[in-house]
Amino acid sequence: MNKSPVSSEAILSKANSLRWEIGENYHDSLIDAIYQDAGRIAGRVVTKTGEKPRFDWDRALDKILTSRLTGLPVMLLLLTAVFWITIAGANVPSGMIASLLIDTFHPALKHLAAQIGAPWWLSGFLLDGIYLAGAWVVSVMLPPMAIFFPLFTLLEDFGYLPRVAFNMDNLFRKAGAHGKQALTMSMGYGCNAAGIVATRIIDSPRERLIAIITNNFALCNGRWPTQILIASLFIGALAPAGLAGLVSAGSVLAVTLLGILLTFVTSWALSRTVLKGEASTFSLELPPYRPPRILQTLYTSLIDRTIYVLRRAVVFAVPAGAAIWLLSNIKVAELSLAEHIMNFLNPFGLLLGLNGVVLLAYIIAIPANEIVIPTVLMLTVLSAKLAGFGAGAGVMFELDDANAYMNVFQAGGWTLLTAVNLMLFSLIHNPCSTTIYTIYKETGSAKWTTVSALLPVVMGLVICFFVAQVWRLVG
Amino acid sequence: MNSPQSHACEICPVHNAGNLIKLGVNMASWDYVVALAGNPNTGKSTVFNSLTGLRQHTGNWPGKTVTRAEGGFIYADKRYKIVDLPGTYSLLSTSTDEEVARNFILFGQPDVTVIVADATRLERNLNLVLQVLEITNRVVVCLNLIDEARRHRLEINDRLLAKELGVPVVPTAARQGQGIQELLKNISAVATGEFVCKPHRIKSESKALKNALSKLTNMIESRFPGLTNARWVALRLLEGDPRIIEAIKTGELGNLIPATESEFVTSKLDLPENGKFGQRVDSERPAKPLPILH
Repeated sequence: MNKSPVSSEAILSKANSLRWEIGENYHDSLIDAIYQDAGRIAGRVVTKTGEKPRFDWDRALDKILTSRLTGLPVMLLLLTAVFWITIAGANVPSGMIASLLIDTFHPALKHLAAQIGAPWWLSGFLLDGIYLAGAWVVSVMLPPMAIFFPLFTLLEDFGYLPRVAFNMDNLFRKAGAHGKQALTMSMGYGCNAAGIVATRIIDSPRERLIAIITNNFALCNGRWPTQILIASLFIGALAPAGLAGLVSAGSVLAVTLLGILLTFVTSWALSRTVLKGEASTFSLELPPYRPPRILQTLYTSLIDRTIYVLRRAVVFAVPAGAAIWLLSNIKVAELSLAEHIMNFLNPFGLLLGLNGVVLLAYIIAIPANEIVIPTVLMLTVLSAKLAGFGAGAGVMFELDDANAYMNVFQAGGWTLLTAVNLMLFSLIHNPCSTTIYTIYKETGSAKWTTVSALLPVVMGLVICFFVAQVWRLVG
Repeated sequence: MNSPQSHACEICPVHNAGNLIKLGVNMASWDYVVALAGNPNTGKSTVFNSLTGLRQHTGNWPGKTVTRAEGGFIYADKRYKIVDLPGTYSLLSTSTDEEVARNFILFGQPDVTVIVADATRLERNLNLVLQVLEITNRVVVCLNLIDEARRHRLEINDRLLAKELGVPVVPTAARQGQGIQELLKNISAVATGEFVCKPHRIKSESKALKNALSKLTNMIESRFPGLTNARWVALRLLEGDPRIIEAIKTGELGNLIPATESEFVTSKLDLPENGKFGQRVDSERPAKPLPILH
């Protein structure tokens, strides 16, 4: 290498001196040159063969979907419609799957286990712990996901997401964040880990960190089922039967919007304190609307998202089911371990308008938000010692209809406040362990990973505490 | 496309099966590496899917693919590995996605770089095409969304475009599967060296820039004789690109000098999977940590 007439050092120092000579406008003049060439070539090869079609669909749609006046209301309407279709459509298939996996298969398997003489602890651990946890997750999560994801994907395919970013860009800029954060937030509605990887489209490290820290305020698919179930049980029940679906959809929408509000507030606070700086400009391309390919969308969103997420949920639910069964069946001084922990957490939980069950469920559910509801149900039964439900400690049981859920919750001392705060806490708490790991990989910083993990959970605890105090004062 | 018959042939599975075997992600070894670049939202992922038979989710919004996806296919008895790069408008900025794309095209030395361009927005898409042509001369331009362009009453003279750019240009409508066979044929022609590209180089620089570039380019060429993209290296040096500075310091740039055709192919086949190629992939590691702010 030393034989070559010019050394590497010489090249680098020449580059340095030339950089000074050319001055600051180097980048612009290079881009200028490229644009000139591109413009010249395009001018030669492209010809317009006539007028554009009389009616320009893209422009007409954009007038409605991105107008200052109607853009945001239409967005809210579309979101409500998606939630409503999901809630209304998921009930029946959920019940069918539950009755098959839980009412039919589970007793049959138990019967079989008894016949071959399996000891109680083995069939309890395997069937009541592991099998039921998996079956629960499938029946609670599969139908809403199978409806929600394709709907969301159809909107995405159609070209609606960049319009959302366009509508919200101004708000994000006012919060000192990058307008593309609207896109990473949308990805977060599917999965926060995916949303965090998507922040790579943001150039500035400052704005990218803001997008990473606030991504957790986008409800992920592990949390939609929690929101939807609790909303339809507690809040939908307040409305007359005909309106129940719409009211529950409205309350899920409210939580979603609160998440967006928190995104703005947190971005604003961060960009004025630890992550100071101006919002950078960027150009956002609004792609043409394209008719979504319905069949392909159904296929990809089923394979890519629904099955993938479901598999993940089951993989995490199975060990959680096993852990819960063990916690519920290992007794120390008359009470099971789970009861000891819940009794310890309960005063703290009540202070927050929640209870020990919910707090323990959130600790068990750190690996995956998906298993919060099954865990809550199981622990509630355990703590309330409902004789009429389930087959024993740590068993996830069959529930045939909404009334049965309500009976369990009421016996566990649940109130409307518990439900509301559970929905709030589900929105505002630490990201799941996968997301935390992704944040660490993307930022390479233990400090920012800790901030991203702790900031939301502290906010959630504070908000739940205040809601509980105000609720009790007023009520 | 115009005559229903040729269209019918093209999408018929029997016709495709004769030439194209989609490998999905099962790639044990490969003869050629194809990089897929392009502006965001031009249908890059759709082209990727129709070549590999994978059904990676595509979305109608810019920035959908931020990581790179890999897949493979066999065409005319050769195995191709195809790498879907993040969609970018340019290769000149410091954002992670542009860095991934830029470094892969330069240091990954793909045998062919397919640039997917949106026919309805050709001028803007050409900005990226011209930048890629500075880095590599083994390029095929896939002029996608040609059906949408026709709907917008735009006619594009693809032969003239090919002549201007000095590389093959294939009009496609990937969503409908149109033009994919032609694209494959051209990828293969460039990969095997059957078609030799004479890429367009940017001409409109200011005098000062032109002078600076030619001084630097000469020095780089005499330090690394045979380097085909010395001018691009010079451009990046003036920009102060740390990755390029490092490659000059360590002499890594010398590895980018193409060997003669036959040597090139065989030497590549003999490589262990995580030998030299591992290093190449390393240069565009997907999860680049953020510079930490204090």
